[in-house]
Amino acid sequence: MNFLMIIRIAFRALARNKARAALTMLGIIIGVSAVIIMVSIGQGAQASVQAQIESMGTNLLFVSAGAQNVGGVRSGTGDSGTNTLTVEDLDAIKREVPSVSMVSPQINARTQIVVGNQNWSTSVQGVSEQFPDIRKWPVASGDFFTDADVRSAGRVIVIGQTIADNLFPGQDAVGQTVRVSNMPFRVAGVMARKGQDPQGRDQDDTAFAPYTAVQKKILGSTRVQVAYVSAVSADATYTAQQQVGDLLRQRHKLAPGTPDDFTVRNMSDVAEAANQTNSIMTILLGSIAGVSLLVGGIGIMNIMLVSVTERTREIGIRMAIGARSSAVRSQFLIESVVLSLTGGFAGIMLGVLASVVVPWMLGWPTLVSTTSIVGSVVFSAGVGIFFGYYPARKAAALDPIDALRYE
Amino acid sequence: MQATLEIGRQEHEAQAALLTPEEAARPVIQLEGIHKTYTMGDVEVHALRGISLTIREGEFVAIMGTSGSGKSTTMNIIGCLDRPTRGTYILDGQDVSALSKDERADIRSRKLGFVFQGFNLLSRTSALENVELPMLYAGVDAAERHRRSVEALRSVGLAGREQNHPNQLSGGQQQRVAIARSLVNNPALILADEPTGNLDSRTSVEVMEIFQRLNRERGITLVLVTHETDIAEYAGRVVVFKDGRIRKDYKVTAPRDAAEELKNLPPVEEDDEEMDAAELAVAD
Repeated sequence: MNFLMIIRIAFRALARNKARAALTMLGIIIGVSAVIIMVSIGQGAQASVQAQIESMGTNLLFVSAGAQNVGGVRSGTGDSGTNTLTVEDLDAIKREVPSVSMVSPQINARTQIVVGNQNWSTSVQGVSEQFPDIRKWPVASGDFFTDADVRSAGRVIVIGQTIADNLFPGQDAVGQTVRVSNMPFRVAGVMARKGQDPQGRDQDDTAFAPYTAVQKKILGSTRVQVAYVSAVSADATYTAQQQVGDLLRQRHKLAPGTPDDFTVRNMSDVAEAANQTNSIMTILLGSIAGVSLLVGGIGIMNIMLVSVTERTREIGIRMAIGARSSAVRSQFLIESVVLSLTGGFAGIMLGVLASVVVPWMLGWPTLVSTTSIVGSVVFSAGVGIFFGYYPARKAAALDPIDALRYE
Repeated sequence: MQATLEIGRQEHEAQAALLTPEEAARPVIQLEGIHKTYTMGDVEVHALRGISLTIREGEFVAIMGTSGSGKSTTMNIIGCLDRPTRGTYILDGQDVSALSKDERADIRSRKLGFVFQGFNLLSRTSALENVELPMLYAGVDAAERHRRSVEALRSVGLAGREQNHPNQLSGGQQQRVAIARSLVNNPALILADEPTGNLDSRTSVEVMEIFQRLNRERGITLVLVTHETDIAEYAGRVVVFKDGRIRKDYKVTAPRDAAEELKNLPPVEEDDEEMDAAELAVAD
């Protein structure tokens, strides 16, 4: 009695009760597709965060004023009125830490940019001339401002694509003059388009000016809340983090044992934190979906038990004409696996389809992973075997005489 | 397959020349001191109290008895569906008294054919597939299965009915499918348990005609359980059970001839197809 034969018998038995088979499969279909959708949404979010972080460069460090929770998971920017980070600190880092190649503060000023009778409310970031290199964010047209502009607090501005599109539709923004806080600034360049960040904010709706100019002319304050530091290489990131921390403690004259009044984080920490959150979400959603798969399995067991009882006479006939217990057991076990696997495949198709529709309808990124597909196939086969074993064993254990007499 | 059977029989006839007809044929069933005791709670029920019975190749034996006489238990033991509590059972030269469940399944597959009172065909399964079923478990390949099933259905007069499902067949036709199914693995023995119990008298005669034909033309050994005396009269030998023992065991000197009786019965209106099929079978 070969395997293919048993599979054919199983299919035929299921085909006799199509509606019932379909309903039983529905449990598995829903379970598997739910797992696939949930995991693909979770992994999609993870991948987009990852891509974002990688695009910022893995040798990037964040230095922010004020201490944050150790572990640095919170994304606060130290914007709590602390003045512990100064431009001098940044100069010292650039000068004295050998593993650091570039430094730029980021001083955020919310303001209006005015051109003629048009105005645009946005944030102007005060950064150094090294900002495009640190953030790996090139200028699309024109130039970024220079070292000299920073030193002289020059009224030069580089605008993002969104601002350029809105204030200078259809014309070249480079060389034009805009008014920021009632002062004329020359547009030196337009940044390349960057798109949305993981939180969905438009990164192109921003402008960059020398930090000196932002401090003196727009904000009138010398506070530095955040700075970007670039290590010489990705491998040097941890060394740089250590050395920057040591230098700042020394400069801030912190006695051993006192907590830092600043925070240095590297992108791996940020990535890890983001990943961790996403993984927890993925696991949570996946497990809830997994429970429905389990419920589907119980449905299969239920139907298989009913089926064994209903077909007691058939089992008796098969045994009387020479079927071994093992053949009967295989028949019912395979019926149950066929149910769960067919359901599993249908569920995969539904899940993959939904993973394509979800980004389109809800705008969430999804990523269908082979792991979740292979996992679903294996799991649904497992469900079939696990929940089909007991009914199959029950069928195989029947006595042919009693089974034949069963009404 | 018919050819090999034929040769086997000729060899036997050659040897048989020296023996009395009684001893001529090889024994197919040898039951020796068979006891069967069931335990129901604290009570022991003695279903069989020492049965010894020999049935030889080519015999057509009817087992009779009232319910509770032990004939069904004997049938189950002969059919390797059950094991005796005590005693030995040699089937076709092999001791099968103490075989395991799976070994008995193999014996049933290779050496036995069953015909039941309630036909016991798989519903929503074609006649052809029903007949193929025993070969499936015996590991016969697909082409051979098909060939033998078509052939078996034809031999019981059901050519052209291969694709019909049991609910599209009359009781007599269903029982003929069951007979075809019992034949396909060339068993040493066909066991028929009240095969006419659910049939009207005319259809009963038709079924008995097939049994007699298989017994005479192909030398198939038949054991038939019945409680109807007139059905038992078609057999060549009758064994009567009572209270777990054999009461009578006698040869029927002039068994009834079902084929003759069918000729004398008034024709009944049957659907044309079936008549055609029967004629086809005769023509072959």
